[in-house]
Amino acid sequence: MSTEATTAPEGTTPSGAGPLGRVRDRAQLGLCAALALAGVVVVVDASRLGEVTSSNDPVGPRAMPFLVGGALVVVAVLYALDVLRGGVGEAEAGEDVELGHRADWRTVGLLGGAFALNAVLIEPLGWVISGSLLFFLSAFALGNRHHVRGLAIGIALALGTFYAFAIGLGVNLPAGILQGIL
Amino acid sequence: MDNVNALLGGFADVITPMNLLIALLGVTVGTAVGVLPGIGPAMTVALLLPITYGLPVEQSLILFGGIFYGGMYGGSTTSILLNTPGESASVVTALEGNKMAKAGRAAQALATSAIGSFVAGTIATAAIVFVMPQVVDFAVTLGPPEFLAIILVAFVGTAAILGSSRVRGFAALLVGLALGLVGTDFVTGQQRLTFGSPFLADNIDVVVVAVGIFAVGEALWVAAHLRRKAGTVIPVGRPWMSKEDWGRSWKPWLRGTALGFPFGAIPAGGAEIPTFLSYLTERKLTKHPEEFGKGAIEGVAGPEAANNASAAGTMVPLLALGLPTNATAAIIIAAFMSYGIEPGPLLLTKEPDLVWMLVASLFIGNFFLLVLNLPLAPAWAKLLRIPRPYLYAGILFFASMGAYAVNAQPFDLFLLLGLGALGFAMRRFGLPVLPLIVGAILGPLVERKARQALQLTGGDASGLVGGPVAWVCYAFIVAVLVWPLVSRLRRGRGGDDDPPAGGDGENPSPEVELARATTTEGRAS
Repeated sequence: MSTEATTAPEGTTPSGAGPLGRVRDRAQLGLCAALALAGVVVVVDASRLGEVTSSNDPVGPRAMPFLVGGALVVVAVLYALDVLRGGVGEAEAGEDVELGHRADWRTVGLLGGAFALNAVLIEPLGWVISGSLLFFLSAFALGNRHHVRGLAIGIALALGTFYAFAIGLGVNLPAGILQGIL
Repeated sequence: MDNVNALLGGFADVITPMNLLIALLGVTVGTAVGVLPGIGPAMTVALLLPITYGLPVEQSLILFGGIFYGGMYGGSTTSILLNTPGESASVVTALEGNKMAKAGRAAQALATSAIGSFVAGTIATAAIVFVMPQVVDFAVTLGPPEFLAIILVAFVGTAAILGSSRVRGFAALLVGLALGLVGTDFVTGQQRLTFGSPFLADNIDVVVVAVGIFAVGEALWVAAHLRRKAGTVIPVGRPWMSKEDWGRSWKPWLRGTALGFPFGAIPAGGAEIPTFLSYLTERKLTKHPEEFGKGAIEGVAGPEAANNASAAGTMVPLLALGLPTNATAAIIIAAFMSYGIEPGPLLLTKEPDLVWMLVASLFIGNFFLLVLNLPLAPAWAKLLRIPRPYLYAGILFFASMGAYAVNAQPFDLFLLLGLGALGFAMRRFGLPVLPLIVGAILGPLVERKARQALQLTGGDASGLVGGPVAWVCYAFIVAVLVWPLVSRLRRGRGGDDDPPAGGDGENPSPEVELARATTTEGRAS
C-alpha cells in the first residue's frame, strides 16, 4: 500500500467520522474533478461540431465524443465514490523509487524547465546544443555535481546521436546555428 | 505445412549478413537498455523507436525482434541482481532470483533465466507459427460488428481485469480514448478537441503518447522519489549451471512456457498471472521445498520461462487481430502504424512477407540473446551501477529526440511534457498505464468499426450486435462488469457490508490475491 494509506487515519466508526472521515489521500478527489472536467470539455467540444450525418455515416462525428465524455463524467463520479468509501490508489513502485518521503517538487520542476527549454531552443540553436543542455541541466536537477563531466557526456551524446541519426539514418534532427559546421 | 514454408521464406529474407548484424544490434541495444534500472521492456521499445525511423520497414522489424526479447531479458537480469523489480512481470523472478544471488548463486540464476528464456521463447515462437494463422482464418470471417465486440473485450479486459482497481482502469482507458479523439474526424473532416491548433489537427502521434507516458512520466515520477541510496548490486561472473541445476530447471521451463503462452495469447491475459501461477506450481512440485524463499532455482526457471512465453504469446493477437495486450505490443503497433501498415486480420494476407519476417527475426533475436547474454552478463551487471542522474537525464534526452523526430515540430515536445505530467499523475494515483495506451491506439479503430457497422444497417443499432461472436463478447463484458455488484450483494446479505480493510472498495483481481499470497509467504520464511 502507498504511504498515504499508512499515514492517514484509518476510518473510524461511521457515527464518529465526519463526511470525509474515511477519505485517505484527499488529492484523489482533485483527480476525480479533473476527470469530470475533461469529460465536460470533450462533450462541449463535440456539441459545437456540425451535425453532419448521411446515409454513409449515420452517427456522425459527435457520437463517439459524447460517449467518451459522458463516460468520463460517470467514471469520475464512481471514482469519487470509491475514494469517499476509503479507496486509495497504490502509487507505483520501482527500482529507484522510494515512496517513504514526500515528493521532491523542486527536482520535478527543474526537469520540466530543462525539458521546456529544449523545446524552445531545439530549432533556433539545433539539437546538438539544446540536447547537450537538456542532458546537463537534467543531470544537475537530479543531483549530479560533476558539472564538467555532466556537460561532457551531454555534448558527446548530442553529437553522437546527431551524427548517427540525423546524418547516418536521415532522422529529422535540426542542425540549427551549427548548420554547415557539423 | 504452408506456415512452415512461409516461415522458411521469412528466414531466407532475414538471413543476410546485414540483417543478421541488425538483429544482433537490436538484441544488444535492447538488453543494454532493458538492464538499466527503471527501464522496462515497454520503455525500452519506446525509447529505441527512433533508431528504426531511418531504416526500411523490413530491417526495422528485424531490429524490433531483437529489442523485444533483449528488453525482456534485460529486465530479469535487473530483478535478479537488484532486489527492487521495476515491472510487475519481473516481481516473481526477484522473489527467488535475488535470494539466489545473495546466496552466491547469481551465476546460476542468470543462467537458468537466460536458457529458460531461450527455451520458452523458441517454443512459444514456434507456437505462434501454428496458432496465429488459425486465428487469422477465423478473424477474416468477422464483420465490423464482431470485430468491434472483440476490441471492446480488449478494452474491458485491460481496464477491469489486469489492474487492481476497476474504476481506476476505466478512468485510464477513457483518458486514452479522449486522446485518441483529438484531431480531424476521418469521415467528415471536422476538427475535434484540437482547440484551433493546427498541430493537433493531424491527430496526436501514438509514439508521442507512448514515449510521454512511459518514458517522460516515469523519469519525472522517479525524480520526485529518487532513492537516496542506490540498491546494492550483486557482482556476478559468467553464468553457468551444474548438472543438478539443469536437472532442476528443465521441467519448470517447460511448465512455465505452457502457462505463459496461452495467457499472452488471449486479450487481457498479461504476464503477471502466469508468472505467479508458475511460481506457485513450482513451489508445490519441487523436491526442495526448504529452499523456496531462500533461493530455489525452480522459482526462477519457471516464472522466467512463463514471462517470455507470455511475451511471445502477445504476438498472436498483435499480428492476427491488431490487438495489443501488453505495453510492449502496444508500442510495436504504434510503430507499425508509423510505417503506414495497418494492423488487423488482413495484415497476414496483405503483408505476408513482413509478418513471417518478423516471426523469423523473433527466432533469431532469441538465439542471439542466448549467445550474447551468457558471456556478457558481467558487463550488463556493471550497467546497473550507472549514476542515477545520468540515467534519468539520458531517458529525458532520448525521449525528446524520439518524439521530435516523429514530426520534426517543437510543439510535440511540449505535448510530450504535458503527457509526461499525465503519466506522473497516473503513477501518483495508481492509475494503470496500459489501458490509456490501448485506448489511444484502438479508440480511433473502434469508432471506425462502429460507424462502418452502423452504416451497413443504415444507423439501426442492431448493426452493432450481429453474429454469435459478438454475443459471446458482450456476454463476457456484461459478466465482468456485473460480477462485483453480484458479489457485493451476496456479501451484503451476509450482514458484512464493510469493504475489506486496505482494499480500494473493489474486488481485488486474482493477480493481487496471488501477489498477497506470495509476499506473505516470502515474509514467513
